[in-house]
Amino acid sequence: MEKWYWMIVVVLMGLTVRWAVSLNSYSGAGKPPMFGDYEAQRHWQEVTYNLPIKQWYFNSSDNNLQYWGLDYPPLTAYHSFLCAYVAKFINPDWIALHVSRGYESQEHKLFMRTTVLIADLLIYIPAVVLYCCCLKEISIKKKVANALCILLYPGLILIDYGHFQYNSVSLGFALWGVLGVSCDWDLLGSLAFCLAINYKQMELYHSLPFFCFLLGKCFKKGLKGKGCVLLMKLVCIVVASFTLCWLPFFTEWEQTLQVLRRLFPVDRGLFEDKVANVWCSFNIFLKIKDILPRHIQIIISFCFTFLSLLPACIKLTLQPSPKGFKFTLVSCALSFFLFSFQVHEKSILLVSFMLPLLLKDELLMPSVVTMMAFFVACTTFFPVFGKTSEEELKLKSFCISVRRYLPCFTFLPKLIQYLFLTSVTTMLLLTLMTVTLDPPRKLPDLFSVLVCFISCMNFLFFLVYFNIIIMWDSKHGRSQKKIN
Amino acid sequence: MAASGAGGARAGGGAWFSALALGVTFLKCLLIPAYHSTDFEVHRNWLAITHSLPISQWYYESTSEWTLDYPPFFAWFEYVLSHVAKYVDEEMLNVRHLNYFSSRTLLFQRFSVIFTDALFVYAVHECCKCIDGKRASKELTETPTFILSVLLLWNFGLLIVDHIHFQYNGFLFGLMLLSIARLFQKRPMEGAFLFATLLHFKHIYLYVAPAYGVYLLRSYCFISNKPDGSVQWSSFSFVRVFSLGLIVFLVSAFSLGPFLALNQLPQLFSRLFPFKRGLCHAYWAPNFWALYNAVDKALSVIGLELNLLDPNKIPKAAMTSGLVQQFEHTVLPSVTPLATLICTLIAMLPSVFCLWFKPQGPRGFLRCLVLCALSAFMFGWHVHEKAVLLAVLPMSLLSVEKAGDASIFLILTTTGHYSLFPLLFTAPELPIKILLMLLFTIYSVFSLKTLFRKEKALLNWTETLYLLGLVPLEVCCELLFPLTSWKLKYPFVPLLLTSGYCAVGIAYAWLRLCCSVLLGHPGGGKTKRN
Repeated sequence: MEKWYWMIVVVLMGLTVRWAVSLNSYSGAGKPPMFGDYEAQRHWQEVTYNLPIKQWYFNSSDNNLQYWGLDYPPLTAYHSFLCAYVAKFINPDWIALHVSRGYESQEHKLFMRTTVLIADLLIYIPAVVLYCCCLKEISIKKKVANALCILLYPGLILIDYGHFQYNSVSLGFALWGVLGVSCDWDLLGSLAFCLAINYKQMELYHSLPFFCFLLGKCFKKGLKGKGCVLLMKLVCIVVASFTLCWLPFFTEWEQTLQVLRRLFPVDRGLFEDKVANVWCSFNIFLKIKDILPRHIQIIISFCFTFLSLLPACIKLTLQPSPKGFKFTLVSCALSFFLFSFQVHEKSILLVSFMLPLLLKDELLMPSVVTMMAFFVACTTFFPVFGKTSEEELKLKSFCISVRRYLPCFTFLPKLIQYLFLTSVTTMLLLTLMTVTLDPPRKLPDLFSVLVCFISCMNFLFFLVYFNIIIMWDSKHGRSQKKIN
Repeated sequence: MAASGAGGARAGGGAWFSALALGVTFLKCLLIPAYHSTDFEVHRNWLAITHSLPISQWYYESTSEWTLDYPPFFAWFEYVLSHVAKYVDEEMLNVRHLNYFSSRTLLFQRFSVIFTDALFVYAVHECCKCIDGKRASKELTETPTFILSVLLLWNFGLLIVDHIHFQYNGFLFGLMLLSIARLFQKRPMEGAFLFATLLHFKHIYLYVAPAYGVYLLRSYCFISNKPDGSVQWSSFSFVRVFSLGLIVFLVSAFSLGPFLALNQLPQLFSRLFPFKRGLCHAYWAPNFWALYNAVDKALSVIGLELNLLDPNKIPKAAMTSGLVQQFEHTVLPSVTPLATLICTLIAMLPSVFCLWFKPQGPRGFLRCLVLCALSAFMFGWHVHEKAVLLAVLPMSLLSVEKAGDASIFLILTTTGHYSLFPLLFTAPELPIKILLMLLFTIYSVFSLKTLFRKEKALLNWTETLYLLGLVPLEVCCELLFPLTSWKLKYPFVPLLLTSGYCAVGIAYAWLRLCCSVLLGHPGGGKTKRN
């Protein structure tokens, strides 16, 4: 393969962009008393290194849960412990108990940024490279182009290397899971995905498609023979990985409960702050957050989430295919984001950008530049502004079905192009307004609310779009391949 | 699918060029918050000087230690910039605000560099038209024009020096490449005009003036050659000589005229050519004198050990502590500015003679230009390692056409770029310089290998080993050395090793280039009728 050096070039490009973004400020820089996510990560290193495991998730005089208490599963805690171990070697002041609160220095920033880079390099980037190499039926050039676009995705870069988080670890594990399960290495894939869930509980958004896909595979192999064996093996792997991760916390029932309470804080409300969620947008018109009692809110969000992802999951269980699996991943994640309870804007790292958050961290320049770069990369390699046909939009079978009832339904590609252009223009305008203008005094949150509302509309559209693709992609799939 | 992909790309026309240019611009924007050197303050000071003081004071002003030491056109350039600067942050234009810094100043200065790079992008576009695309394969990324665009637009040295260290080399090299392109396109008057203008922007380009002078004289002023290629004296055209002379005279008059009227020429020249500085810059450029110094130092150490030298007669911590002062050599004879000038001229002579006696059209001129730049780098007085870019950038044009040139280019570029590493010594920039260096080196090696895959290998075993040896050198100098006890006792050792190692590579490239010029090119190089 002559072109393999292009893959190296692309990876180096991705790494350079990541490190260049990391030269900027991080969340909560120089803002006592609470600072931001950067301080939270540093604090977790302090807590996990200095305190015994039994005290990590409990409120105590040494561990004040109000000040950035641990609220991610145990694997994050172990990762923090590992980083703290290295930190102790370099400069113990960084993790000294109590004293190091709010510690900020250039060397410390360099250390923290390096930990993110190493985690990325070890887990996420190999997953992306391997994933692109395993894509079928496309040329090497397109594989490299895919890898470039994925690696340049601004959301992940800005949150991990700007704002400061470790999403690349959980996303990387999830991607290994997707890779394993698509290539029929089901056991390894499940193991990887369990690790992803145990790193950040946000990955539970993806758990349902995994479950349905693997269940569908077992059904396909026949429940009386190989399917049953596979099912047993999968169950063993999942149980084993969870046990291994949670081992120190399974010793006492109280420990397990406390960790679960930290991971899933149902005491908080339907949504917090401004998030591009259906409930937040609905709240503009009707203040459901204040009208309905807490338990009704939980039930309603549960029902809507469940209903919106039911069709895709059933289809995946009955007809498991790697392509359907990938689309279901997206649509389920969208459903969860749009309808579930207590969603944080960073959860949509998967599908969008988070402008107000980044502005608060003074990351305007890297945000704009990385987004433009991503846009240019995508439009260079994947022609968007040319003529899009129904086949390319994967909506051919849907259009054929609709045309049985409405013979004049031929305008869909043009409509979609028009919608795309409208949405991009609106987003650009809103971005400009948010950055340059001040909101009117009566409505101080006008711009962030508008951003959330428009984003929510976009996401709802995508939810419908992906669901259509999933539901109508079946018998017509084979005949399409012949045409291509 | 591949064919449709490539076809689609070609149908896109210049879309790939715009994508490359945009991509590198985005990268430059991301590098804005990176470390910048004292050159940032230098240029801020020049903005202040040109904005707030009258012309008569420009070359006398010395409130700051960073006095104006570029020719007048650059001063006018700063003057124009200062008029934009006053809308961004007026405080930076005060001469007394030494080391003034604000985020707006940073943004303004960085964006001015990025913006003026547009000239460089245009020049690259013009150069691509001059490249022979007959080798063009179906695949876009294997065409010489694509490879040349990447090698020039994404040049590691230019990115590091301009957009991190902070200088304005982008548009200056744009002027040079544009003048070369005009000579290729048989528009010598424009080429001469552009070069004359360039000289008055930054006088370091005097290094390559002999190449321009001889080429224009030989190939433009003598209209035709004898059948065997030698000079036909009767075809000398006075009109052409006169018009060239007029262009140079007018440009110089425009630039130096005001200062001549003010009787400030001596002061101007003393600012432009400060020979009081030492033989070697603070960080030794990897040239002949670096090797000379190293040998001298080694001999003096050996002499001391064997008691052949008197310890009292040796100046303490001579050139090695990295100060910009005049020092004497201990064992070998001391070197004066005149000696270096003579050495440089002698080194340039062979290529200039070849350009006169065996003219081979614009490509011969380009080869001579690179050799002049490299000879001046090797033997010049107080050469900065940034000057290696003067040879590297034009060499890129030659490298995509012949395999022999490609292999010389790879050695020159890799060692030249590596020698720029000491310019960025801060920890946060370490990953960036390593990643960008790897990016550029890997791309250049493999793309040129793919381009010339039908010929023999570009680099033989010794050359490959030498280049790979840069990796352990980097690990030792930047990762291991700071952790040892020698850091305090011998702080200059990493710089010594770096410049010594790179000097070997650059000298080797220079020798090979000399040979290729003197011996002529095997098989290629038909004498072109001008």
